[in-house]
Amino acid sequence: MEITEEIIHKVAELSKLRLTDKEKDKLLESFHGFLNYVQTMNDLDTKDVEPMTHVLPLKNVFREDRVCQETDRESVLKNAPEKKDRYFAVPKTVE
Amino acid sequence: MKEITKMTALALGQMIKKKEIKVFEAVLAQLEAIKQREPSYHCYITVLEEEALQMAKKVQEQIDAGLLEDSPLAGVPVAIKDNICTKGIKTTCASKMLADYVPSYDATVIERLKAGGAIIIGKSNMDEFSMGSTTETSYYGATKNPWDKERVPGGSSGGSAAAVAAGEAFFALASDTGGSIRQPAAYCGVIGLKPTYGTVSRYGLIAYASSLDQIGTMGKSVSDCASSLELISGYDPKDSTSIKESHFQYRDALVEGLKGMKIGVPKGIWKAGLDPENAHAIQEAIGLFRNMGAHIEEFEMESMEYAGPSYNIIACAEASSNLSRYDGVKYGFRSMEYEDLEDLYIKTRSEAFGEEVKRRIMLGTLVLSSDYYESYYKKALKVRSLINRSFQKAFEKCDILLTPTTPTTAPKLGTSLSDPLKMYHTDTYNVAINLAGLPALSIPCGLDSKGLPMGLQLIGKHFGEKDIIRAAYNFEQSGSLVSNGNEF
Repeated sequence: MEITEEIIHKVAELSKLRLTDKEKDKLLESFHGFLNYVQTMNDLDTKDVEPMTHVLPLKNVFREDRVCQETDRESVLKNAPEKKDRYFAVPKTVE
Repeated sequence: MKEITKMTALALGQMIKKKEIKVFEAVLAQLEAIKQREPSYHCYITVLEEEALQMAKKVQEQIDAGLLEDSPLAGVPVAIKDNICTKGIKTTCASKMLADYVPSYDATVIERLKAGGAIIIGKSNMDEFSMGSTTETSYYGATKNPWDKERVPGGSSGGSAAAVAAGEAFFALASDTGGSIRQPAAYCGVIGLKPTYGTVSRYGLIAYASSLDQIGTMGKSVSDCASSLELISGYDPKDSTSIKESHFQYRDALVEGLKGMKIGVPKGIWKAGLDPENAHAIQEAIGLFRNMGAHIEEFEMESMEYAGPSYNIIACAEASSNLSRYDGVKYGFRSMEYEDLEDLYIKTRSEAFGEEVKRRIMLGTLVLSSDYYESYYKKALKVRSLINRSFQKAFEKCDILLTPTTPTTAPKLGTSLSDPLKMYHTDTYNVAINLAGLPALSIPCGLDSKGLPMGLQLIGKHFGEKDIIRAAYNFEQSGSLVSNGNEF
């Protein structure tokens, strides 16, 4: 599929990124190169192959539901760019 | 002073135990070396002077009280890649996004290092969020290769590798998603060991591509790597992909003799753009293994040439998902001006992520979008299956596999980033191993005509660390080049 400016625009929107025109041009070129490169995979017949997301056989991990304190509110809030009282502060989200 | 930083980690640990040297003396010598050499190499983002000296005092007390008896690395300074969380110590991932981030907890590997008495001396430089193969995408500037200051140390764990090579750390922890331990180890003439996926807890490792990321160690000797890996390995309930295995006594594999070991050499390695000098070094290494009594067999391995495309799609896809957490709300950078919440997210991310990180987030988002999902992402996962199968078939015939670590020696600074596809090529021998979750290590196998170290990669079966450690140990004993070939 041909990569267009429109696709770059849509992907940036999904990625929550705003790109400069220069960044867009560079990415357009880079996407072309990348897709050409990965398209070589199409030479490989994978009709009856199962997709593999993980190497080792993973099972769901269960544990007892016990109350414990891993960390305290204060040290977590210390890293907040903006806080109010005991909470993270964000711009108003509901009018 | 210089003599101390020339020692291996285990040799220093032994002297400390014998009370021939105090922990604080070792730490002071290390800090002194860092002070002298950092202006040249820039291995660290943060150096921990005060904390290290405090820790030295505590560890010395423990040793004097007869504790830490069976901990060979007690009192030994270690560098930690700056994507591993350290409580109360800035952990930046070499990104503007996390420039002021101070974790409220220690990664499990840090807890284990501390319990073993190792002294964290600094947080080492890396490519931003581990995305790169040269350490040039770091927000804090590039690290220089101690063998030639005009060259890159490799990446993404370039700071860790250079620190060990320059005597700015006795050993280091790093992470490997597609060669990020092994490739810089090769470029810097040190040993880098990436264990089987699930061996070392990823709790507290800032995620890049979760199904590929694995923490490992770098050191001046095979024994240092084996001992430090032993210290950090083991089941951790905080990492749901951590494996309930208990055969982590890697030092048991440090034994002489390779008689009867079957070493496989994939035929494809000779045509993957391999530099003639590197090819020659690999041939010599093969001869050496044969002389030590190993059986060498060359054979074709199917689908390996598709590992790069599959890896890059999977890594970018997982990265785009993992990095969506950086929104300027709970921690990390927040843009100064914004109109509403959406604008806050967008401005924060656009201002704080570097070019390569944005590119990979974009690529990952693209291959996960509905129009591309089947033909790219799902295809890549199927190719991953085939690569895994190809390795399984190979391990029916042999105990370990041997390849070069990299096609060439370290490139010059400033020559790689302009062409991402070319940069990816430097990891061509590495990425398939992460797709299959196998253990692998890189060990120096000589210098090229420019005087730069070349690396040999040994790959084991799942949980076959002991096989590759034993092979590497024997190779090292036979007189291969070890890191101290340079002036440190």
